[in-house]
Amino acid sequence: MTNWTRACACDDIETEDHIRYDNSDRTFAIYRSPEDEFYCTDGLCTHEEVHLEDGLVIDHLIECPMHNGQFDYRTGEAKRSPVCVNLKTYPVKVEGGDVFIDIG
Amino acid sequence: MTKDNTPPWRDYSLTGRDSGPSFAPKQWYSTPVPRKRMKELMKRRDVPALIDYGIWLGLVLATGALVVLTWGTWWAVPSIILYGVFYGSCADSRWHECCHGTVFKTPWLNTAAYQLASFMSLKNPYLWRWSHTRHHTDTVIVGKDPEIAFPRPPYPLNILWNMLHLQSGWNELKKMFWLAAGRLTKDQKTFLIEADRSKAFWASRVHLAILAMTFVLAMVLQSWLPIVLIGGPTFYGSWLHHLLASLQHAGLAEDVPDHRLNSRTVYMNRFFRFVYSNMNYHVEHHMYPMVPFYNLPALHEEIKGDCPPAYPGTLAAFREMLPAILIQRRDPFYFVDRKPLLPEAANPSPEYTRPTAIAAE
Ligand code: FES
Repeated sequence: MTNWTRACACDDIETEDHIRYDNSDRTFAIYRSPEDEFYCTDGLCTHEEVHLEDGLVIDHLIECPMHNGQFDYRTGEAKRSPVCVNLKTYPVKVEGGDVFIDIG
Repeated sequence: MTKDNTPPWRDYSLTGRDSGPSFAPKQWYSTPVPRKRMKELMKRRDVPALIDYGIWLGLVLATGALVVLTWGTWWAVPSIILYGVFYGSCADSRWHECCHGTVFKTPWLNTAAYQLASFMSLKNPYLWRWSHTRHHTDTVIVGKDPEIAFPRPPYPLNILWNMLHLQSGWNELKKMFWLAAGRLTKDQKTFLIEADRSKAFWASRVHLAILAMTFVLAMVLQSWLPIVLIGGPTFYGSWLHHLLASLQHAGLAEDVPDHRLNSRTVYMNRFFRFVYSNMNYHVEHHMYPMVPFYNLPALHEEIKGDCPPAYPGTLAAFREMLPAILIQRRDPFYFVDRKPLLPEAANPSPEYTRPTAIAAE
């Protein structure tokens, strides 16, 4: 079942950056790639559950602020230790200058 | 001593009675820095990294050539001292930087430098990556941090040996043999994940093979020269790094979720900062491990108003640290409390106390 939720305006996120988005008791990270595409993942790193909001987006990678583990935020794939478990990703669509995520 | 022969103070092993819960990551204090500025500071750049690593490797090669050219004369002594510092001490700090993956923008450069510096400092690249990860999760948390260099009460001879890498160097060699044989200690099993264990074993085998070949070459040539050039410098040349690194946490508070209180930032001269890859900005490094070493002085400027004053020089830091660890010899509960030194305008240190310790199985 889809559940499209407006998360933010496109302009809220700089190119090659990300922001935190909280929805009730869940937390997400929403990314804007260098190509101006939008993506969404779980907000907490799979290593020690630190929020990725203070991390660094480098091309298509998000680097965790705690131990520098990296994920490909497009697929959620864990790319550099100490992260070993992939990050959950969520479908994203852009409509009327807003970013919507399907959080199921 | 208690009945089981353990001291009545703390148990620093990772599976002992003080290895219970520690702070959650969100409990660690960090000085707020505007996101835009933080993004600039976290940016990786190949150019400053290549300049630093190029100068370093150039110096290793140049002083190494000097050792070969002066071998058999008294001029070999200063050449060996210089070579040792550039090989042993510089490699140890560069191993650490590449372990964080923050040095180069180009990932393979980082990986290559990490593997090289790991061998030069005789550190297993996988075991140490995970040990260092834990050190950042649980900085100076007793029973959790595997990298507490000066457990209390400190033993003066160990302090001296550690500064000269004599104790820790032999420990690395011992670890190398055990890992090459596919063996892990109980403590190592607590932080080295299954998936990286066989990589750790193979890395130690490769390191051991290189050392063995060096030894054989020395036998064939009937000369110490190969050992002085490869492997040996980790022992006779790491002293400067160990001397500077001993200032990182020793004598300060344990079990506090605030790096302003358990780490030192020390102003050092340019040569020390080169050898030590700017790790004199240690509060900054722990608070924001994403920031590459070449941006740490700028980060220091951003957060210094929220931190106790930096030590004005290396000697000043030793003048505090050495008496503190000598007092801890008599009184293991003594530490230098940096809390009263926080500037008036600084954010207060969080009042968390560590959750009650539950001995691990
Ligand atoms: S918490 Fe993210 S890499 Fe450790």
